[in-house]
Amino acid sequence: MGLVKIRVEGVSKVFGRDPAGALAKVRSGMDKTRLKDETDHVLGLHDIDLSIRTGEIFVIMGLSGSGKSTLIRHFNRLIEPTGGRILFDGDDILAYDAARLQTFRRRKVAMVFQRFALLPHKTVIENVAYGLTLDGVAKPEAFRRAGEQIALVGLTGFETSYPAQLSGGMQQRVGLARALATDAEVLLMDEAFSALDPLIRHDMQMQLKELQGRLGKTIVFITHDLDEALLLGDHIAILKDGTLRQVGTGSEILAAPADDYVARFVRDVNRGRILLCGAFADAGLIAAADAPVIAADATLESTFAAFAGGAAALAVRDWDGRIAGALTPRRVMEALARI
Amino acid sequence: MTSGFPEIWDTRAFGRALDAAFNTIVANWGETLETVFMPVLRFIQGLEKGLQVLPWWVVVALFCFVTWGAGRRMVPVAVVAVLLMLLGLLGVWNEAMATVALMLAATILSVVIGLPIGIGMSRSDRMRRGMLPVLDIMQTMPIFVYLIPFVMLFGPGKIPALLATIVFAIPPVIRLTDLGIRQVDLEIVEASRAFGASPRQQLWTVQVPLAMPTIMAGINQTTMMALSMVVIASMIGAGGLGYQVLQGIQRLEVSKGLIAGLGIVLLAIIFDRIAQSYGRRVQANLHREGK
Ligand SMILES: Nc1ncnc2c1ncn2[C@@H]1O[C@H](COP(=O)(O)OP(=O)(O)OP(=O)(O)O)[C@@H](O)[C@H]1O
Ligand SMILES: [Mg+2]
Repeated sequence: MGLVKIRVEGVSKVFGRDPAGALAKVRSGMDKTRLKDETDHVLGLHDIDLSIRTGEIFVIMGLSGSGKSTLIRHFNRLIEPTGGRILFDGDDILAYDAARLQTFRRRKVAMVFQRFALLPHKTVIENVAYGLTLDGVAKPEAFRRAGEQIALVGLTGFETSYPAQLSGGMQQRVGLARALATDAEVLLMDEAFSALDPLIRHDMQMQLKELQGRLGKTIVFITHDLDEALLLGDHIAILKDGTLRQVGTGSEILAAPADDYVARFVRDVNRGRILLCGAFADAGLIAAADAPVIAADATLESTFAAFAGGAAALAVRDWDGRIAGALTPRRVMEALARI
Repeated sequence: MTSGFPEIWDTRAFGRALDAAFNTIVANWGETLETVFMPVLRFIQGLEKGLQVLPWWVVVALFCFVTWGAGRRMVPVAVVAVLLMLLGLLGVWNEAMATVALMLAATILSVVIGLPIGIGMSRSDRMRRGMLPVLDIMQTMPIFVYLIPFVMLFGPGKIPALLATIVFAIPPVIRLTDLGIRQVDLEIVEASRAFGASPRQQLWTVQVPLAMPTIMAGINQTTMMALSMVVIASMIGAGGLGYQVLQGIQRLEVSKGLIAGLGIVLLAIIFDRIAQSYGRRVQANLHREGK
């Protein structure tokens, strides 16, 4: 995982009549509730710093009202920050004028919406080609490229259907195809799968992972479902009341929650499926020569079978082939029982 | 005055000044305005002549064609054809065609003027705050009041009738264009913005198409109001069915008034059917179900 794609520096957002004045109050220590009660301004985001790397799935999590949608809408300037900087490939997008911003939205970022937001009066293929037609791509070419994306999401045969004729899952595939059609490097997905039922949702998650592996897009994905976050996210950012509480990989956050809020957030997760053996191998312990070997990036859950087979310890092998240490059932239990 | 309300200012002098000012306008601008509106007059006259000269069955076929184009359904087409033939049977065909010409011209101009104003109001709260009271006044002011200045400017005839009709009939199309665009699902507008639509592209690819059922309801109301103006407009020389009603009143001929009145009702139903079947088709496109 390489370069930084999107860099957010000290971004704050206040909703209300006098955002700048209200932000000054926040800087001098007023909190979100007092700001709301005393000045009728809403603190949407406060001093957010983060980096999203090229080619990763970056998940933003948090409860309702924590500022997830507000944050993701800063990345294509659907919402303007009250303070701070946003860099895209090192370019300050806040400096863009209207024309430049339009081009940026047409070519560099695409968005998928929770309630699909398809154009109800246009057919599937017209919807998918929408971004291209806005950019002035001629219709035959736009339709040809749209057709490819429709095939990619498995909707061939529905090109001339209208959105309302499709199920929710199919509509969101159209939404995904529409976002892919402009060949944007970054996909912004605001609770894109939240409106789908569990089975369809799982299919879509798998399809997204597969697509991302193949196309190498940078994806910013919002969810309030921790399992989804852990399944998809290379990195996860946790927001609360407009502030960033923790950023890290899933297992980093599970292993060391930054504060009580994050800890409560991750409490109910099946830790065995997320935590990795490497993080818990005891380097001071040497497993018996005939002990089963397990990879450092295997989940703790995958050790259960070996222990059930009677092994007293497992040798943990690093990505470079060296034995990093050993895992005993006791260490695994400790790791699972933490919190 | 017996009420004893203090006369703070001289209303009569004010009235005189207003009249004088208006007279100056008439004297200086009357001719220019007439030249400006000459093409409109030609259009109405041409339309009227055309509708009257064409054989009746060609006109019926034209109406059927338009109705089919609007709704893609057979029932309204049949209804429109039958009602038109009834007009002919009532013996008021030529008068009805004159009324249709005036009404079409009024409706077309109302839409051409009203749509941009409605769009402007939907985009600017300031403009909306400014326009709403004006529209209220236009709709509540007794219609006869408009007739005086227009007649003074143009003399009795089709142009003042047309202008008075437009003033009276334009508010619904403005109001409902504004309302329709404001009611468009914000998430869809946001999506179009997110994909880089310019304000103009947002308007024409999302807002206007999605507001279309509401806008059509406005156009329908405008048509009906234009039609309801024909009797009054005939007092200043609009001719057509309204003039027949007027004559019926003046000569106390119940039959004449009744038949012409019936003709107006038939026209109202015809245009309502056309507008409605178009509205229904647009609506159906937006909420197509097929699961
Ligand atoms: N246009 C706005 N005007 C005023 N306040 C707003 C506006 N948009 C968002 N907010 C406020 O900002 C805060 C963050 O909202 P946001 O929509 O980003 O939350 P979210 O994390 O996406 O929540 P959800 O999970 O419900 O979608 C909330 O307190 C919300 O009320
Ligand atoms: Mg949200």
